[in-house]
Amino acid sequence: MAETMTPLRKTALNAVHRAAKSKMVDFGGWDMPVDCCGLVAEHMAVRTAVGVFDVSHMGDIQLRGPGSLAAVQQLCMNDASKLAVGQAHYSAMLYPNGTFVDDVVVHKLSDNDYLIVINAGTREKDVEWVRKTIGHMPGVHVNDFSDYYTQLAIQGPRAAETLQKLTSTDLSTIKNYWFTWGQVCGLHNVMIARTGYTGEDGFEIYIPSDEATSAQVWADVLAVGAEFGILACGLGARNTLRLEAAMALYGHEISDTINVLEAGLGRYAKLDKGEFVGREALLKIQAEGGPKRKLVGLEMIERGIGRDGYPVFALDGRRIGEITSGSPSPFLKKNIALAYVPVEFGALDTEVAVEIRGQMVKAKVVPTPFYKRAKKST
Amino acid sequence: MAYPANYRYTKEHEWIQVDGKIGTVGITDYAQNSLGDIVFVDLPKVGDTIEAGKSFGSVESVKAVSDLFAPVSGTVTAVNDELKDAPEKINSDANTTWMLKVELSDAKQVDGLLTAADYEKFTSEETGH
Repeated sequence: MAETMTPLRKTALNAVHRAAKSKMVDFGGWDMPVDCCGLVAEHMAVRTAVGVFDVSHMGDIQLRGPGSLAAVQQLCMNDASKLAVGQAHYSAMLYPNGTFVDDVVVHKLSDNDYLIVINAGTREKDVEWVRKTIGHMPGVHVNDFSDYYTQLAIQGPRAAETLQKLTSTDLSTIKNYWFTWGQVCGLHNVMIARTGYTGEDGFEIYIPSDEATSAQVWADVLAVGAEFGILACGLGARNTLRLEAAMALYGHEISDTINVLEAGLGRYAKLDKGEFVGREALLKIQAEGGPKRKLVGLEMIERGIGRDGYPVFALDGRRIGEITSGSPSPFLKKNIALAYVPVEFGALDTEVAVEIRGQMVKAKVVPTPFYKRAKKST
Repeated sequence: MAYPANYRYTKEHEWIQVDGKIGTVGITDYAQNSLGDIVFVDLPKVGDTIEAGKSFGSVESVKAVSDLFAPVSGTVTAVNDELKDAPEKINSDANTTWMLKVELSDAKQVDGLLTAADYEKFTSEETGH
């Protein structure tokens, strides 16, 4: 039950989801579909064919002006000076202590124009943080474009074939984590990015957020994908897909109490690029021998499903950590989890126990990602 | 899916079909539909006692775990072992896929449970917002 009476926010496709009888949940204050046609079926459609997600609840912050690169560099841990126009990368905004404001994808739209895609549940906090942190810097305007776009994620091995039927842009020319603008469903200047949150190939498109346009594009994607078995997918499948791919979720693997090095995302923190918020803290943690705990993949070896928040124990009974995300894996048909444990428990094949409703159930540390798609030439 | 008129129901979405002193227990179609793909069922053993209104086990879908609540008090006389390897049977036919058989310790408890009509009304109120 919601504790406050704040009405849930809706994407432009809300009526479409409700008409389709999708199961809706409150996700970070948004009324979103969690299950459209059955979580497992949706999950498998994305792994083996194609699925489409409404991810319009994600936010979009634009930094524009001659000072925009300097602002992005101060705000985000990855090195945006390495981005070409039309290229994107995974990054994060950090607090001075090296923990997460949010993880983000930074897109370089032009030399003086960057688009930072942020999480839904952290939108207001993020926008406020951006204004506070770089608002005073010269030559940069901050625009919150979050409500301007309906963002659709078309994901799966047949995503390119599906979307290709709706655009004249040759999608084969867009490499992973690059983007372009093209005509989609007759709409001009649509941003088409080869990005996603499923561990599969796929695209995210940004279309105008009016209800009629959004509903039309949604219907068109489902129609052209029908021959491949496309399914409308909800946040339930989005979560199990990203968990198999071991991608972080804010509030779970990353938060304002977990730092970048603990989260295993140090490779995206470019400590040699110059000053950015959180850099000093990360350097200090490194100088002091690195983080004390780390994020590991667990696979249950006894019967039971470890879930978010379940405590993790050493086999001698000491409590050592907690699961951040855990679920049955629909594709791998195993029970998997991500958990923070002290680094000395982080070696592969280390056995631990998860307390599941009062019972100790054995699990072992396994490599992540749990699932990695086969590389094919794109 | 219609709720069989000869069953009784709980507000926690279990059903019970009573035949003499033996009650057969499962979860409703509404429950399986809310849960989604069921992957795991944790049930007591034959000979265990269950108590009306108290948790007797759990059912897990991919996305969530839910307690199972006993519609009546009694002693478990049979457990549907099929559900160990094929819990998804509950999704395909919740009305006939039973979990437990219980010897009732107080048959009058059944009278306090919802009828099919009551239950249907209850669930339509729960979804209709």
